[in-house]
Amino acid sequence: MRRTTLLLALGTTVLVPLEIGAQTIAITGGKVFPVSGAPIDGGTVIIRDGKIVAVGAGLTVPAGAQQIDATGKWVTPGLVNASTILGLSEIGAIAGTNDASAQGRDNIAAAFQAADGLNPASVLLSATREDGITTVIVHPDRGLFAGQSAVIEIVDGSATSMIVKLSVAMVANLGDARAVGAGSRGEMLLRVREILDDARSYARRRADFERAQTRPFAASRLDLEALQPVLSGRLPLLVVVDKASDIEAALRIAREFGIRLIIGGGAEAWMVAGQLAAAQAAVLTGAMDNIPRNFNALGARQENAALLRAAGVAIALIGNAGGGGEDQFNVRNVRYEAGNAVAYGMSWTDALRAITLAPAEIFGVSDKLGALQAGRDANVVVWSGDPFEFSTRAEHVIVRGREYRDVSRQDLLAKRYKQLPPDYEHQP
Amino acid sequence: MRTAALAAVMVTAACSAATARQAPAPQRAAADSTSKSTATVGLGGMSTPNADPFPSTYHPLPSKPTVIRNVTILTAAGPTIHGGALLLRDGKIAALGATVEAPSGALVIDGAGMYVTPGIIDIHSHVGGNAAPNDRGANTEDVNEATNPSTPYVWVEHSVWPQDPQLPRVLAGGVTTIQVLPGSANLIGGRSVVLKVVPSRSVQGMKFPGAKYGLKMACGENPKRVYAQRGPSTRMGNVAGYRTAWIQAEAYRRRWDKWNANPQGEPPARDLGMETLAEVLRGNILVHNHCYRADEMMQMIDIAKEFGYKIRAFHHGVEAYKIADVLAREGIGAAVWADWGGFKLEAADAVRANMALIDKAGAHTIVHSDDESGIQRLNQEAAKGVAAGSAIGVPVSEDEAIKWLTINPAWALDLDSKIGSIAVGKNADVVLWSGDPFSVYTRTEKVWIDGAMVFDRSDPAERWRTDFELGFVPAASTVGGNK
Repeated sequence: MRRTTLLLALGTTVLVPLEIGAQTIAITGGKVFPVSGAPIDGGTVIIRDGKIVAVGAGLTVPAGAQQIDATGKWVTPGLVNASTILGLSEIGAIAGTNDASAQGRDNIAAAFQAADGLNPASVLLSATREDGITTVIVHPDRGLFAGQSAVIEIVDGSATSMIVKLSVAMVANLGDARAVGAGSRGEMLLRVREILDDARSYARRRADFERAQTRPFAASRLDLEALQPVLSGRLPLLVVVDKASDIEAALRIAREFGIRLIIGGGAEAWMVAGQLAAAQAAVLTGAMDNIPRNFNALGARQENAALLRAAGVAIALIGNAGGGGEDQFNVRNVRYEAGNAVAYGMSWTDALRAITLAPAEIFGVSDKLGALQAGRDANVVVWSGDPFEFSTRAEHVIVRGREYRDVSRQDLLAKRYKQLPPDYEHQP
Repeated sequence: MRTAALAAVMVTAACSAATARQAPAPQRAAADSTSKSTATVGLGGMSTPNADPFPSTYHPLPSKPTVIRNVTILTAAGPTIHGGALLLRDGKIAALGATVEAPSGALVIDGAGMYVTPGIIDIHSHVGGNAAPNDRGANTEDVNEATNPSTPYVWVEHSVWPQDPQLPRVLAGGVTTIQVLPGSANLIGGRSVVLKVVPSRSVQGMKFPGAKYGLKMACGENPKRVYAQRGPSTRMGNVAGYRTAWIQAEAYRRRWDKWNANPQGEPPARDLGMETLAEVLRGNILVHNHCYRADEMMQMIDIAKEFGYKIRAFHHGVEAYKIADVLAREGIGAAVWADWGGFKLEAADAVRANMALIDKAGAHTIVHSDDESGIQRLNQEAAKGVAAGSAIGVPVSEDEAIKWLTINPAWALDLDSKIGSIAVGKNADVVLWSGDPFSVYTRTEKVWIDGAMVFDRSDPAERWRTDFELGFVPAASTVGGNK
């Protein structure tokens, strides 16, 4: 790694997009998990110009390549955390640093694109990346129709350069009718149908709408417009919901309107696993929640993800322990979610897939990331061992072909106070 | 991705800490030597040291002699015993070594590939007090008496619901003793209670016999936020609030100590809150102080010195690493998370090496949860702390890290003579793990409290299910590990 690049990597506030030029990296000798294919002992991963160009055994290292010896190490795609507000929330209690939710109108903010508020200077980015998470999905978090999710790669530079895809799902919160302005489940579902139906009418009558020759619609022009890709099946609807019967209701609506469905949370999804598999609806869930914390989640259990996977449901593992800022401060912990999923019945291979390629597939970016495969973005992590274990460290983290040697704000604090009293006169 | 609003949880639950120190064997107020005055005043009329109006009715569950052999034992009292054995008998750890004699009729468990540790102790829980389910209208959030910034008169045991479905899950995580604390809305939040995690019809049936009460205090953002309108609305207001309370408490203690020494005539008026604070000043109740920032902890230490009490542990001390040397010198424990932070500004300086740095300075590192989910995996939290230490060149052995979960929290409760390590004569609170407890893949297999097997993963039919769970919560069939 060139020295200038390294220095830039130390500061996460750099706003200038970095063009990395023709750089070739070869990672050799490691236990390689491409995820899209079988593991390769002593495999080589070759990276050029930000992309993976070859993965396999016995590859020739190109002349002039920077070589990373991964002998005895494990090599995986950069990990993906599919449920975060990273870069949208810095300090939870400070409203001015929180941009993950829209005010909307009557709990509708379908046109809201969460990543519009992305903060590339967030100190949490480097703290996440240094643990091997290279990609996050950010979601809007409040409202009946909360807005649109985006795929972010954690590269230094501008917000624009970080965004892989600005709109990968429409989020709807159907888990708590009273929280979205309805008096009951039925009334909430009625509103959803009304809005989707109005969006259909609007699409047929745009010209009439502009001349004010339509009946009033239940949502604003921008929101109705934003729902069009959902109705056409191009944009999945991510329904955040826990209760088995509420999942069934979401499945019914998806059928009625020809919508592609993703379930988020899904504490009781295991109870309707067969229906989800039949509908090819994916589920984002974790392996740490087993508490009947409310009457929607009475069936919460840690085997949820494993049972769904066994039934053939596509799974992305996300944090669901619920504490400590797992969707911002501890986005990095998703690898432990995978470890716990294994402890509660999922295969190790499926668990790795559930934090790499599976979320990329679910959100429609598997042509770009999620696997060690030629043509994909070169998001690669070299681990000291099994990436799900606490004792394992991410030793090399490469995003879009550039190695980052992050020193996060947390690292600086720990360094400053490693010897007491601290030395305030000199930079840590 | 959960549908419950996280923000509210972070603001109310993540915050509090107060621990109880062990008092001399609690006695009923009526049994005090002041029988003459008791007769005059009547039961409940006197402010008596070590009064115990809600005495423990805990009795160990039935047990039989049990031998676990051929097992790795993390003792929290010395080096790891590889291929060791232990005997649990009559509620105690009766023998420990390379081999032990199995009494006739003993249950003998082969622990090949498995680990034994002491039962885990969490000194910061709200389980039972903030119970599940917590839907709007369930009215199960009972730990913040947010009606006055100083409420030393509340006792959190009066909020504990023994049928909270979180309790069996806590036990399944290998946690055998918990301190339930009032929340952190208040400067002085009230009394804690130390419980054994066992099924019972009453909280009294869970109370750890002989455990001291704790007093919960809270610094910083929470009290000034909750009382912004009526005050305190500033950190200086917070400090004035603590000192005002202690000034009153000291006067109260003097009045009552004088009267107790010579009980003549009408006793002074009894005050429930002052009674608790006076017990702190007498050393009978331990202070557990929620405090994030290093500078605020330093001020709390000075306040404790001004009034002559000791702080047993700071809880949520995300900045404890900045003053770990001071905590070591003052003999104050630091109860911390592995990696929680950033949910408010006073939590912004959380670092994952906190546990290791506290340990390195010679202070008591304690892993705590303040969370109904985290409490089920405190072993994993410790493992994160070990890894973070290693990453900055502060290695911690498993023999040391196991103490963060066991003997150190036992010390914080002043119960380290009874629980917290695997040693002959100690209470047989023991966990059998499927493997190394610092691995993500490891789960509890069996848990014993006072020698009675209270959890057995291999036997779901025998799993403790609370009243609430019957009918409401689908019984989960087990799915085996698949590593």
